[in-house]
Amino acid sequence: MNIRCILICLSMVAMNSASADTIAITGATVHTVSPSGILNNGTIIIEDGHIIDIGQELSVPEGSTHINASNKIITPGLFSPLGEIGLSEVGAVAGTNDATQRGNEFAASFDIANAFNPRSLIVGISRVDGVTRAGITPQASRSDSDGNSSHVISGLGSVVHLGNEPGFLTKRGAIVVVNFGESGSALSGGSRATAIQVLKSALNDAIDYRLNKAAFQRGERRAYSVSSDDLEILGDVLAGTKAMLFRVNRAIDISVVLTVAEDYGIEAIISGGAEAWMVAEEIAKSNVPVILDGINNLPNNFERINARLDSAKLLADAGVPFAFGAGAQTHNARLITQSAGNAVANGLSWDEALVAVTLRPAEIWGVDGSVGSLEKGKEADLVIWGADPLEITSYPEQVFIKGESISMQNRQTLLRDRYLQVPDEKPPAFISINN
Amino acid sequence: MQIQKLSVLSIYAAFLITSCETQNDSTTNPFDSTYRALPSEATILRGGTILTGTGARLEGTDILMRDGIIIDIDKELDTTDIDVVDVHGKWITPGIIDVHSHLGVYPSPGVRAHSDGNEATAPNTAEVWAEHSVWPQDPGFVAALAGGVTSLQVLPGSANLFGGRGVTLKNVPGQSVMQMKFPDAPHGLKMACGENPKRVYGSKGRSPATRMGNVAGYRSAWIDAVEYRKKLNAAKKGKGEPPKRDLKLETLAGVLDGDILVHNHCYRADEMAVMFEIAKEFDYTIAAFHHGVEAYKIADLLRENGTCAAIWADWYGFKMEAFDGIRENAAILDRADACTVIHSDSAIGIQRLNQETAKVMGAASRVGLNIPAERAISWITSNAAKALGIDDVTGTLEPGKMADITVWDGNPFSVYTKAQKVYVDGSLVYDRENPSVNPVTDFSLGTAAWHGGAQ
Repeated sequence: MNIRCILICLSMVAMNSASADTIAITGATVHTVSPSGILNNGTIIIEDGHIIDIGQELSVPEGSTHINASNKIITPGLFSPLGEIGLSEVGAVAGTNDATQRGNEFAASFDIANAFNPRSLIVGISRVDGVTRAGITPQASRSDSDGNSSHVISGLGSVVHLGNEPGFLTKRGAIVVVNFGESGSALSGGSRATAIQVLKSALNDAIDYRLNKAAFQRGERRAYSVSSDDLEILGDVLAGTKAMLFRVNRAIDISVVLTVAEDYGIEAIISGGAEAWMVAEEIAKSNVPVILDGINNLPNNFERINARLDSAKLLADAGVPFAFGAGAQTHNARLITQSAGNAVANGLSWDEALVAVTLRPAEIWGVDGSVGSLEKGKEADLVIWGADPLEITSYPEQVFIKGESISMQNRQTLLRDRYLQVPDEKPPAFISINN
Repeated sequence: MQIQKLSVLSIYAAFLITSCETQNDSTTNPFDSTYRALPSEATILRGGTILTGTGARLEGTDILMRDGIIIDIDKELDTTDIDVVDVHGKWITPGIIDVHSHLGVYPSPGVRAHSDGNEATAPNTAEVWAEHSVWPQDPGFVAALAGGVTSLQVLPGSANLFGGRGVTLKNVPGQSVMQMKFPDAPHGLKMACGENPKRVYGSKGRSPATRMGNVAGYRSAWIDAVEYRKKLNAAKKGKGEPPKRDLKLETLAGVLDGDILVHNHCYRADEMAVMFEIAKEFDYTIAAFHHGVEAYKIADLLRENGTCAAIWADWYGFKMEAFDGIRENAAILDRADACTVIHSDSAIGIQRLNQETAKVMGAASRVGLNIPAERAISWITSNAAKALGIDDVTGTLEPGKMADITVWDGNPFSVYTKAQKVYVDGSLVYDRENPSVNPVTDFSLGTAAWHGGAQ
């Protein structure tokens, strides 16, 4: 009976995987997260994976698949800004994890996109809860049993979509991840200052390398602290074509990031930022965005001693752009809406909270030209909700990624549907689940 | 009923009662509770939406508490000479209870010097007591209070087959753990299945290195406990000398006597089924399986054994035995009438057990299971109290129960709702609108939490 209900619920939305077809979604309250604001009784026309028109009182094109979403809410697809979706399956099973390199062989050039698995179970789990794009970021590991730890510069982060289209990369290598603060200290020799010096040395090397590439290739240049592959990537950072994401929490460490970024002309992103609220004015002046964990309010360590639940509101008041990452970034990337909802409970406006899980992360990753909001010409990532998307009890009724209505089934729903059935004389292994 | 405002006298009376009890108890057992209810006034919470924890939802109803006890719940109670708090539009629930916390034993800041939760030196450390590790200055207690938590069980970690005794606390920061101990609450015994013990000890080249090694370890320990208990009981009947006190065996014998409740960390359904066999073999009961990521696969078995499943809403995939976690776990258990509890195991999660519960409600409604608020609340109140063996005194809003009460500024299962006032034994210990009421641990002085920002 429950299975039947699921099918009925889904049939509300015509399943149509032929992306060449035109789809018209009508009747919903559409949060465009664009200058058009909220469209009551809005219509969205999708073709070839893109929004070809959006507005009120649009006519439904002839021959299109019509989805009546009256009384529903539509938002842009959720954008998880950080984590290891597609790079991890089971946290404690080493063979399923590809986000971390141990040893200092690579720094900025370590490119996790090469290991991304679009068929990861976590892709299927995350998107059913509305996550359509994800930033994937390399992790850092302190000493393993062989004494290998990662470089202060972890490597390249990319943006992926969680849809079915084979070209899963939205943007490869958009940012370079750097660890400062306590983790930077642990990775670099025992002081925050060493982490800063490691980065500065590498950046100085990149400047030297850029000016003396030919000499370097002839072997007539001094030794550099990182490989030439790394220096090429750092050159992009210095040229402003890649951003640099700093994992940092303590207020003074954030100030240091701002100074380093200014000195080297780097486009910086703060990740973590537990004490960002204390230097919010300074951050706002530099127009550096912050990726916040919205609910982690405890002093887990001394660099988070002033963490607080209303950080987002304080950053918003100061004019700092910010996005929400979930505390459990990979398996539960879907919880970014909980972070956003709690920020609203602690003073942030609802509209700003929605921006912080859609458009803002797209801007931070430099892909807001194609995703993050519902606008003509953008890729059609959108979520149809039955109720307030930031509310805990709400869930997507249908998710579209690049214009395609994705399957709302995943390994978790299969388990659910098997065990929702009332047990009979045969073990559950004999219970078939509709495909 | 005529209710007089005799607050000073009633506080004094309460003081006398608690101090007498304390004196009696402390002559018998070390580390006994010296908890005393903080001063309180007789108070009526006027006109709220009450989720009683017994399955009822009462609209526009009053609660009278006096001397730390719930006296009456009814409409339009006589307010003559009693402090009245208008809670129209607010929701009232029993104080939230977390059956699985490591506050105090893994406190904030989580530095190595504070890592006091896992005596990971032998697979059986039934002799250790979590309360001897609890740091009452953990700022996490206060953050949990802001989340409406009035009682919690602090457990040792899960490195060992037998991790030691857990302790149930009133969430009122004190100077010592004794001052926080929930009076007369039974101890818990933390046991652990699966990956953790076999990984911790297998990697040291010793048993257990496998799940079968785990089971051999439990059974060997229970065999020793049975013998120890036999000697104790014989000595009580004048047959022979009592054995030399053995802290480890005292704990295990306490389980066999029914005085200590087994709280068994166990993820997989098949392992829980095996643990039931061991309990049968040695004639003890399992109060609760903790984490129970696969509990939904054996909902009927749990109900039949009267064992609670204390679980997360949505944790999965962080290790192999958590691979099959689904958000509907609690919903499937509850549908089968198994004792369902949502726990935190997290200093962050404990602040929002209401939201964790709401996650399950949302996932359940997705498949047509509608769980009303008055039922769901039992997962974090009355069922939790049952798992801890304190349901005779707290966990529901009923006359005669401790006045452990959380007032919410709306439906507690909304993300926008926050605990507004928290009463423990009738005393207002947290008030979002009046921070001067709220405790601040020594550690938090001068930090954001001190300014109320962390809550």
